[in-house]
Amino acid sequence: MAAGEQTSSEYIKHHLTNLTYGRDQDGVWRLAETAQEAQEMGFYAIHLDSMGWAIGLGLIFIILFRMVAKRATTGIPGGLQNSVEMIIEFIDSNVKDTFSHTNKLIAPMALTAFMWVLLMNLMDLVPVDWVPQLATFIGSHFFGMDPHHVYFKIVPTTDPNVTMGMSLSVFFLALFFSIKNKGVGGFVGELTLHPFSSKNFLVKIILIPINLFLEGVSLLAKPISHGLRLFGNLYAGEMIFILIALLPLYIQWTLSVPWAIFHILVIVLQAFIFMVLMIVYMNMAHETGDH
Amino acid sequence: MNINLTLIGQAISFAIFVWFCMKFVWPPITSALEQRKKTISDGLSAAEQGQQALENAKVDVEQQLSEAKSEAKSIIAMAEKRQGDILDEAGVKASEEAAKKIKLAEQEVEQLSMRLKESLKKDLSKLVVEGAEMILKKEIDKKAHDKAIKDLINKI
Repeated sequence: MAAGEQTSSEYIKHHLTNLTYGRDQDGVWRLAETAQEAQEMGFYAIHLDSMGWAIGLGLIFIILFRMVAKRATTGIPGGLQNSVEMIIEFIDSNVKDTFSHTNKLIAPMALTAFMWVLLMNLMDLVPVDWVPQLATFIGSHFFGMDPHHVYFKIVPTTDPNVTMGMSLSVFFLALFFSIKNKGVGGFVGELTLHPFSSKNFLVKIILIPINLFLEGVSLLAKPISHGLRLFGNLYAGEMIFILIALLPLYIQWTLSVPWAIFHILVIVLQAFIFMVLMIVYMNMAHETGDH
Repeated sequence: MNINLTLIGQAISFAIFVWFCMKFVWPPITSALEQRKKTISDGLSAAEQGQQALENAKVDVEQQLSEAKSEAKSIIAMAEKRQGDILDEAGVKASEEAAKKIKLAEQEVEQLSMRLKESLKKDLSKLVVEGAEMILKKEIDKKAHDKAIKDLINKI
């Protein structure tokens, strides 16, 4: 539990606010001091904590794997190479099972997404107060900030910007590949001539808006559900850790330990689902035949 | 939970990480895996070949062994036969030799007996002459008698 003078709702709110650097209403770029201020900054703001942890964890992944790739031997692999190879083969078999076309981008992208999301999710297992308290200490002692207004979230995937940023990237990439593989006509046809079609030309034209509406919804629902699924699961998990942290110290472990153990499953599963959905969307973007 | 520039930042970092992964991580590792797979399958097939060769060699060895055995048998049989021959030959030679020796001995014996007879003849005729001499010492001319005895001797 955090500092005694905080109420429960303040504590929760504190834990759910990002360290936001943005342009305030006076047009000045600065750190937001309250959640209210952060909200008022609108789009021209950036979550320093989410970005920092995301990039840091991404670098850990990249550097670790690059190290192995550089020293990759065809002989007997060491421990690190062995585990990296296991992950690579796991991703590779998943991609081969789901993605039935040739595209050199898909497997590395799936690997990056899986490992990155996994590492970001993993931050959820760090006790909820450790890093925020440390950040508060550093912020108030070295930067002269109000200790109550130092916000620091360490799980990037509980930030919808992060998950949506990835899912939208995948979405736009899928649009790109769709148009590249099917042509503009094919892509538009997919949106307007399904699921209802008719041999009669006039009826076909009448059906276009209906089809466009249905297909448009399903098209747009994909990236949103893709990003929000990951966000929702991790946000809920984080929320429960925060709520458990509100309990008296001596009974916290009775709940936090089982939840953490269960959460290990959620972390891996959500990373896996994110990756698989990504491959599925990419596969759909490459399907040129009738569906 | 505000949507802001973080979204773009994340998308950009994602793109960079994916690009890096595609360029510098994925290809070396998968090629190493591929190569190892090939090495292993090569090794396995080599092992299989070795096994096959061993099997062949075993068959070869068995064949050679049985050949050698039969050869040895025939050699023994031949030796046995040769032994019989040698024994037979030796027997024949021995009996021939024995016969020869017997013949020689017989001849010797004959010669001896001839000589003996001769000397006996001589001795006897001497004795006879001496006896007769003793009896007829005075009456008979020695020369005439010698001649007569010589004739006698020749007659015997």
